[in-house]
Amino acid sequence: MPETLLKVSDLHGWYGESHILHGMNFEVRKGELVTLLGRNGAGKTTTLKAIMGLLRQRKGSVAFDGTETISMAPHKIARLGVALCPEERGIFSALTVRENLHLPPVLREGGMTEAEIDTLFPRLKERWGNSGAKLSGGEQQMLAIARILRTGATLVLLDEPTEGLAPVIVQQIRDALLELKRRGLTVLLVEQNFRFASTVADRHYVVEHGQVVDHMTSDEIAANTERLEAFLGV
Amino acid sequence: MMELIGIPPQALFGQLMLGLINGSFYAMLSLGLAVIFGLLNVINFAHGAQYMLGAFVAWMLLNWLGIPYWGALVIAPILVAATGLVIERVFLRRLHDLDHLYGLLLTFGLALIFEGVMRSQFGAAGMPYGNPLPGGVNLGFMYLPWYRGWIIVASLAICLATWFVIERTKLGAYLRAATERPEIVQSFGIDVPRMITLTYAFGVGLAALAGVLAAPAYQVSPNMGSNLIIVVFAVVVIGGMGSIMGAIVTGFGLGVIEGLTKVFYPEASNTVIFVIMALVLMVRPAGLFGAAK
Repeated sequence: MPETLLKVSDLHGWYGESHILHGMNFEVRKGELVTLLGRNGAGKTTTLKAIMGLLRQRKGSVAFDGTETISMAPHKIARLGVALCPEERGIFSALTVRENLHLPPVLREGGMTEAEIDTLFPRLKERWGNSGAKLSGGEQQMLAIARILRTGATLVLLDEPTEGLAPVIVQQIRDALLELKRRGLTVLLVEQNFRFASTVADRHYVVEHGQVVDHMTSDEIAANTERLEAFLGV
Repeated sequence: MMELIGIPPQALFGQLMLGLINGSFYAMLSLGLAVIFGLLNVINFAHGAQYMLGAFVAWMLLNWLGIPYWGALVIAPILVAATGLVIERVFLRRLHDLDHLYGLLLTFGLALIFEGVMRSQFGAAGMPYGNPLPGGVNLGFMYLPWYRGWIIVASLAICLATWFVIERTKLGAYLRAATERPEIVQSFGIDVPRMITLTYAFGVGLAALAGVLAAPAYQVSPNMGSNLIIVVFAVVVIGGMGSIMGAIVTGFGLGVIEGLTKVFYPEASNTVIFVIMALVLMVRPAGLFGAAK
């Protein structure tokens, strides 16, 4: 069994007075694609922010490749090889598509070249000189994923990459995720759509009220559809 | 001598040049304000006082240490920028998550402290600073003092270099991106808190550099910044908060308009910029070059 890349233990997180994460426990092994499934407000996005260091009030343990990161600033966590693709994509309207793509510095070897990104997302190259604000939702998502693939990150945190996208674009995002997996990247994916998640991920953690309440593999999803629908409110 | 639109060319071009010189200071100061506001969301009311400190440090370097103007042009901005580093680290960082008003009040208080200290130490009358470039050239239609020409050329070069760095380099792309979403830029591995500190220090250094340039042209006095800063805020509002090219173009443009108003309707010269500000606010509240948020 591959060794653990990310181990989250008893992770608590707060927004001001609101206690959002109530002791999250899970782990992701090298090369795995793991999802956090849960309904809106369950604490999935907050968990990703806490792992990335963007949630200021957090305690517990987040160990990345054996290094404890719970007290680290986000830029230091990023330099260890963790990258976040946020829910709202984080594309900068003041920059062109190309500037957006090249904005994150290459932090380590193993990142994709521009040519490889062109092959994965051919639509982006057609928009090279456009402002990031002029892209469609799907193109913004492709750019957000492409942007972090250049950096050589080893753990990619993806927050609802398919939200609000047309089925044909969801298919492209799915292909891109499978390509990441094929390249050996480790991915922690936040999703509400468990049917989509089951087509790309190895394992799933079900999150409710800021805690992991269940764990299953993709093969077990079919047998648990009703239970998942109840959890996710779909 | 022939007159242009009923005005002697010496008077017209003379005022035009004074307008360009005032515009140089407006542009440099509003550029610093725009850069600071863009990244820190702080309306730096201490900017005028930091411009004044630049002039005073140049005066001290000359009179206490014998360091001439050209040395002061480098040393004074660095020293005043270092105070900016401390201000950002000690005070402004604590206000990042609060409303603009807190930063404005804090920097307004700092401006009063800086001016009060200088007034108590040096008096309010002002002190002369020798002209490092005496003489000039007769262009036929006007006499151009070398130092006035230097102010315009130097400030243009500084403004354009700043614009180039912000709009055309990777460092500038980080700055522009961090202006929109600092947490995303930090998650790319960029030390955004340090970038914020250095940006504030850079803006402060730019104000101090303008102060050193101003020292030989005006009296070095504790009030020199507060006299200018209100106009500079009007310039920033007209150009659009956070717009780099807007700050530069509006600074020079309004200096020229103010100068020409002195020729054609002197009574309005002190108010013309504020009238333009009111008109712009009515028609384009985000400013001529600003994007509505």
